[in-house]
Amino acid sequence: MKYPKSMLLEMLKKMMEIRYFEEKVVDQYARGAVPGLAHLYIGEEAVAVGACMNLTDEDYITSTHRGHGHCIAKGGDLKPMMAELFGKRTGYCKGKGGSMHIAAFDKGIIGAMGIVGSGGPIAVGAALGIKKQNLDRVVICFFGDGASNEGATHEAMNFASLHKVPVIFVCENNLYGISVAQHRHQAIKDIAIRAAGYAMPGVVVDGMDVLAVYEAVKEAVKRAKSGKGPTLIECKTYRFRGHHEGDPNLGLRYRTKDEIEEWKKRCPILCFKEKLIKEKIAKKKEIDQIEEDVKRRVEEAFVYAMQSPFPKPEQALEDLFA
Amino acid sequence: MTKMRELTFREAVVEALDIALERDPKVFLLGEDIGYYGGLFQATQGLMQKYGEDRVMDSPISESAILGAGIGSAIVGMHPIVEIMNIDFLPVCMDQLVNQAAKMHYMFGGQMKIPLVIRTTCGAGRGGAAHHAQATHAAFMHFPGIKIVIPGTPHDVKGLLFTAIEDENPVLFIEDKMMYNLKGEVPEGYYTVPFGKAAIRHEGKDITIVATMRMIHKALTVANEMEKEGIGIEVIDPRTLCPLDKETILHSFKKTGKMIIVDEGNRVGNFGSEVASIIAEEAVEYIQAPILKVTAPHVPVPYSPILEKEFYIPNEDGIRKAIHKVMEYA
Repeated sequence: MKYPKSMLLEMLKKMMEIRYFEEKVVDQYARGAVPGLAHLYIGEEAVAVGACMNLTDEDYITSTHRGHGHCIAKGGDLKPMMAELFGKRTGYCKGKGGSMHIAAFDKGIIGAMGIVGSGGPIAVGAALGIKKQNLDRVVICFFGDGASNEGATHEAMNFASLHKVPVIFVCENNLYGISVAQHRHQAIKDIAIRAAGYAMPGVVVDGMDVLAVYEAVKEAVKRAKSGKGPTLIECKTYRFRGHHEGDPNLGLRYRTKDEIEEWKKRCPILCFKEKLIKEKIAKKKEIDQIEEDVKRRVEEAFVYAMQSPFPKPEQALEDLFA
Repeated sequence: MTKMRELTFREAVVEALDIALERDPKVFLLGEDIGYYGGLFQATQGLMQKYGEDRVMDSPISESAILGAGIGSAIVGMHPIVEIMNIDFLPVCMDQLVNQAAKMHYMFGGQMKIPLVIRTTCGAGRGGAAHHAQATHAAFMHFPGIKIVIPGTPHDVKGLLFTAIEDENPVLFIEDKMMYNLKGEVPEGYYTVPFGKAAIRHEGKDITIVATMRMIHKALTVANEMEKEGIGIEVIDPRTLCPLDKETILHSFKKTGKMIIVDEGNRVGNFGSEVASIIAEEAVEYIQAPILKVTAPHVPVPYSPILEKEFYIPNEDGIRKAIHKVMEYA
């Protein structure tokens, strides 16, 4: 492969971090230890990792209710992330945001928004701010197939293309807007075609293939940084868990077991692991080592979260205004 | 000594924006028709010609994009002043305002600042009817995380606008469109009027009237009349709804024991309801008479001049009636 080994292993490691982080949440949610909702990113890891591998801490992202993967891929530290999920004072947002509202501004994570479609206008605003200050940065706006039907998303795309601001719209089409299948919520198959309405490139990529996502976003970053404006990248992907951890039977009310099993065969981590071994880029032992290391660090993050103090009740009154 | 001149409320806004653009390269304006057209109410007149299209940006008719562009650019270091033409259009981008701008500082644990000014206009009297004329300022008091400014004079609109721009939080800056031609003394150059500090526009010992925006001037007309009848009216202009200067209101009320609120908002959930609640909670032992609200009725703004001007908009007659009713308890 044409990529440096270190980058490929970093991609694998990041995807594993997301997977094991989320699996810990599955376990803790089932035990009733996670106070709120948990929308997990399992199955979609290649999108966030492939996209964010193109960014530095200086670049920005906006994220969604299904945001843990974006934050980890963008460099979010597992410890304050896990602490935030448990509502602890040491969390990224001091326990005020929770699973759906993680931000890590020092890592360029502007924040995860719980309202579907609300990130678009803000991402475009950040990109406008970058352009006005002549900074060599980009913004990635993550959103889903559900948000592709929100008016705010379309206002954002029009504005971005009009002013050629450095933003990349990365649509994670996981085929369901909560429980409503794509064919029941929009008349199109490829969301990327909507880019034409805003005179920007629209690209469809395999969202289960981390390198395919990486390549598409790389091109879009180049375009954005050269002042040519935004790109819409649709990543076809799938969530292996339900809409959130309270979604019964992994969403079998609206999708089939067979469908889930078919997509699981395309697991972005398993496939990438096999590819690295098959193409003799890394030995299984080396990969196992990475995996063990990731598991250990997720466990450390969990222990950190557990041992961290809760906020004091009266801290609910802090942070309203700067 | 700062030189004073007479300016209209509109001229004071234009001058403040001009100075703000001049002082700080990070300030830029974004809104519908604010560039070539100079703003629907001419409150950005000439600024695009002076500062160029990059700093005075005409926007698509996309209220969510306007607000989001403001929020996002503020987070990364700019100092945007965005304009939503009429307050009736804010519900179009309510999510960006009340879920994002208002909540981001808090829900992200104070990680980033959002120095964003959102200018908008309110007020009936031009036949704008249901979609271009409401006065919904009080509704936004319900959302923690937004500062709300309601200037009542040309002097204040300029000074409060500078304070809004200096603030590091989202500020909703509401201009009563029926005051744009109101004249008053305005200092030259840069000065600020602080948030959370009400102005006593007229002193009196018998009744406290808290009035907002254009209603201040109607209350003042009546207060001057009443002086001749020997009734002393204290007229308070809160200037900002968030933060609200409770102390000045309570201090006056403890002196008069009688309160009338004059506000163009609809009757239910009116700003006056909050004032009455504050009095009930913090000064119940001083109450000498019913606390009365002189407001718009609880219907959308009607179109026909008979309905709008003669019935909907609170007027001097309504204020006089309220005063006489309250004075029955004197």
